[in-house]
Formats: sequence, C-alpha cells, structure tokens
Amino acid sequence: MQRVAITEKAAEVVRQLKKRHGKLIFHQSGGCCDGSSPMIFEEDDMYLDESDVLLGQIEDVNFYMNIDQFEYWKHTHLTIDITEGRGSSFSLEIPLGLRFIVLSRLLTEDENTFFNSSHLS
Amino acid sequence: MSYSKPKFKEKYSNFINGKFEAPIGGQYFDNTSPVDNSLIAKYPRSQKEDVEMALDAANAAKDSWGNTSAGERAALLNKVADIIEENLEEFALVETCDNGKPIRETLNADIPLAVDHWRYFAACIRAEEGSATELDANTLSMNIKEPLGVVGQIIPWNFPLLMLSWKLPPALATGNCVVLKPAEQTPSTATLLMEKIADVFPPGVLNVIHGFGPEAGKPLAASSKIDKVAFTGETTTGQLIMQYASKNLNPVTMELGGKSPNVFFNSVMDEDDAFLDKAIEGAVLFAFNQGEVCTCPSRLLVQEDIYDAFMERVVARTNAIIQDNPYDTSTMVGAQASNDQYEKIQSYLKIGVEEGAKVLAGGSANKLDGDLASGFYIQPTILEGHNKMRIFQEEIFGPVVCVTKFKDEAEAIEIANDTLYGLGAGVWTRDAHQLYQIPRAIKAGRVWVNCYHAYPAHAPFGGYKKSGFGRENHLMMMNYYRQTKNMLISYDKNKLGFF
Repeated sequence: MQRVAITEKAAEVVRQLKKRHGKLIFHQSGGCCDGSSPMIFEEDDMYLDESDVLLGQIEDVNFYMNIDQFEYWKHTHLTIDITEGRGSSFSLEIPLGLRFIVLSRLLTEDENTFFNSSHLS
Repeated sequence: MSYSKPKFKEKYSNFINGKFEAPIGGQYFDNTSPVDNSLIAKYPRSQKEDVEMALDAANAAKDSWGNTSAGERAALLNKVADIIEENLEEFALVETCDNGKPIRETLNADIPLAVDHWRYFAACIRAEEGSATELDANTLSMNIKEPLGVVGQIIPWNFPLLMLSWKLPPALATGNCVVLKPAEQTPSTATLLMEKIADVFPPGVLNVIHGFGPEAGKPLAASSKIDKVAFTGETTTGQLIMQYASKNLNPVTMELGGKSPNVFFNSVMDEDDAFLDKAIEGAVLFAFNQGEVCTCPSRLLVQEDIYDAFMERVVARTNAIIQDNPYDTSTMVGAQASNDQYEKIQSYLKIGVEEGAKVLAGGSANKLDGDLASGFYIQPTILEGHNKMRIFQEEIFGPVVCVTKFKDEAEAIEIANDTLYGLGAGVWTRDAHQLYQIPRAIKAGRVWVNCYHAYPAHAPFGGYKKSGFGRENHLMMMNYYRQTKNMLISYDKNKLGFF
C-alpha cells in the first residue's frame, strides 16, 4: 500500500529531470502563491530532518512533507501529476513550462487502518 | 467601459546598471496572458551569470548610494510615485493583461496603492531621527542607522506592481541597492516601470532580473554578494531561502501566506442596515482578486444562530458577482493567473466534495465565450464543511471560501487558530467587548475588525506562525533593511586607571 503515487506522464518528467540533475527529492509545499504544490529538488539541496515525514517513493524519488502539514493531510492519498504552467518557486521542472500538481482522494478504510493506526501516526 | 489588450514589444530585457541588457545566454521565455492564453512577449530567461552581473553592479553602487542624503533618496522615491501616477491607466492595463485580474481592481486598487507606498517611505525617511542617550555625565551612546548594502528581493505574481512597491521603497529609502526578481508569470509591469524610471536612480542602485526560480531566483537567494533576502511566496521555497541565507549568515524577511479566518458573530444581524450590508460584502471578499491574496478570507466562520439567514445573503451576493472579460470595467472577478493555478484549484474543488463538503455556490471552472474560452476562469465558490477538511487547511489561492459554524466565542477562537498559518483574520460584531477581545485572541499578524482587505501604508502587515516574519507597509520595515551603528563616545579626559 502506498500513500503517494505518480501518473505515467509525471513519471516521464521525473526521469527526464533525473538525467539532468541526478538524485532528486519531492517536498510538498504549503502557503501562498505556489503553495500546496509539490516541489522537486536535487537530493542535497534541501535540509531535511525529523520534522519532515517520508510519505513514500515515486520513481525512486522520496516524497516528503512537513510533519505539521502532514497532520492535516494524512487521511488523503496523493497522486502526483503534471500540467502545463508557469509556476514560480525553485522546483526543477519549471523551466520546462510544466508544473507538478497533486491530485488527492480520501484513503480507503483499509488504507486508513494500515497507515494511520500504526504507521506514521 | 471596455479596454482591450495593450501593445507590447516582441521581447524585453533585464535592467542592470541603469541599462537594458539582453540575457547573456540569449535565451528567452514566452509570457502569456491568462485572460485568453495569448502571447504577451518574450522575457529574458536569465541564468547565474546575469544575476552575477546585476549583483556586481549593485555592489559597485552601494557605497555612494548609501551615502546619499535622506532628502535626495526621498525625492527620487517621490519621482517614481509621480511617474506611476501619471501613467496609471497604462500600468493598470498591462497588469490586467499579465495577471488576469479585472481592470476595475488595477485602476482603483493595485496601481494607486503602489503609488502611495513609494510616497509613504519617502516621507518616513525624511521624518525619521536617530537616537542618542547620555549614559552618564561623560558618556554618550549614539545610534546611527546604516544600510545593509545589497538586497535580493523575490516577489510573487498576485499583485505584481504592488508587491514590487511594498518591497522596493523601504529598501531604497534606507540606502540599499537592490536586485529584484519578479515572478516569471508576471514580468510585465516591473519591466514597464524600469522603462519609465530608467534614469531616476544612479546606475546599479535598482536592477531587475527576469527568469525562472531554479535558474535565476536560486542564484540570487544563495549569493554571497547579497546582505539580505526578502521573499513573498510559499513555505518550501521560504525554507530553502532561509537555508541559503544561513550559509552567508544573512537576515531574511518572509511572507508565506495563510488560511485566514473571517469570523461573523450573531450581532451583525441585529439590524438590517448599512453595517449588515458591509458585513455581507466582507464575507464575499474571498472572491477579491480571484482569491489570489495571501490573506484571502478563505475560512468563513459564522455563529450558528444566524448561520442560515446570513449565508442566504452571502450566497445571493456571491451569485451576483460578474465574472467576465477582465478588460471590462464592470467585471468583478477575472482569470486565475496561470494554468497550473487553474488546475490546482479544480483539484481542491474535487477533494473538497470528496471529503463531504457541500457546494453552496459555484463549484467548477467557468467557460467564457470567444477568445476568453482559452482563459483560466473559476466560478466564485462557497463550500460548506468543517475545519479539519483539507480545503479548510490549505491555501487554495482561488475564489473559493470554506464555511463552517461555531457556537460561542471560545469555539470561534479555537477554529480560527486551528491552522498552521497566522497572516490575516477578520472579526465582525456590534459587541464592543468582542471587538477587542476576539482580535487579541486570534494568532495572526493582521486582524481586520469590521472590515477586510484594506492594505494602507502605515499599518504594519506580516505573519505569525508559518506565515513568516517581518512587517511590511510600515516604517518599522526600514529597520529590516538596516544595521544599527552604535557610537559610544567618552567625553571624559581621565583614564580608566586599569593600566
């Protein structure tokens, strides 16, 4: 079971970015403007610690979210997709004229029991 | 009255050292209008070497600019204000084209407010005095404010010229040189301003670099050639910028958005009068600027005993909003600034309904006719639910409000503060005790009391919690761009006697 998934179209962009930048991470942003968008960075660019929850791996790329934000998101399943757009922020796909976005759904009852009764909660 | 799309050149340049400079690498990007997704112009896709060029120009200019008199700097700020004011309509039209917001707003809010911020800081720097304290009969402590040097500023796309005018005047008034990067979605009014004021400041004092965040924004924020970064945007980029600043031990100011509660107590409905009419409008202000405001009142909290009657009027007022061609002066709500915002907002509408929210108004994209069919329009939307839903916790940045009820004061405060953010809040009541006590209990940097969405110069604006820190729009912002030099002077002729 996975909390986070990725569409094939978005996975193709991740593979393209990996060729250029090497190892990557996703970090889910919050707040103004481009907030609530997932950002992709070179692995060592962002300082991560116990305040960042690892939600899972997509295309071998770890997906993180700040623990305070995770509290409000943990009942939902996330699918990372890609759309045309001109986002700001330092996310690496922006020069391609593309932007990762999050599609969400509620966790199923089974998923919710699996993730939120013992793991990560 | 209706305007039409303004004329643009084929391509534009960076503004560095008083001159328009093509990007060194020769690359450009297409900037489009969200009104109809048509091309506006090509703007420089700057890289690190362009940023370096701007930073070198700023560093070369900082000593002489930092030593100009407050009077000289204030005169130049006033000149900028006059130039924007003289060209108000042109700036408004370009802003509407670039951002998608209605011309009614740019003519009456964005551009006039921008003018006032330049004048306000021109006045502040003239009126200000340093301080001196006589510590004892022979010792004087004198505090002199000095500029930091070179400042990097990264601004967002929701109020392009206004955000520029929140950031530049306090930095320039205090004697700093600036390298500013506008958002890549909205580079046009910053460029227009540089064309109009190219000769106002000495070369190198003010530089504008266009391009993408990872290619131009990051080298600016991470450079050891700056002395401070000011940023408005979201939390992850905010954290990265602070991380880069920590390597240079540079100060930062951050404005990172919010999820602002707008709280209506039952007394607002005691009378059916002008104040109630104002309160209903206050609830509908979520749709102002298409909801693309860091302080969008996107959580509507209504006391349960007036909930049905109050919401009936809010829904009716929302349904009466005119969403149409942004160039038409009767249009109240225009287009979202970009396709990715448009998609993101729709993904929130979907998860909101899936989480059990009920749609009271709007609820989907708005397909307009003709050329506007390619634009990014979302219906003003009201979703009813509870505060633990994701739509109540995340900044949607669209014309979407999430409404819930509360029983009493304690529950209103609890819900209002149950958020990661603390930028804005609204409190509406006729009760004199609530007017003071509720705003004091809400953890936010700006609480509007019986009003909302006013951003006058001389009222400090900034965040609590994850909404950031720093207070813009007020003279206190000047100290975020300065050092204090303390001169400790002895008038005593006698030695200490230690050695």
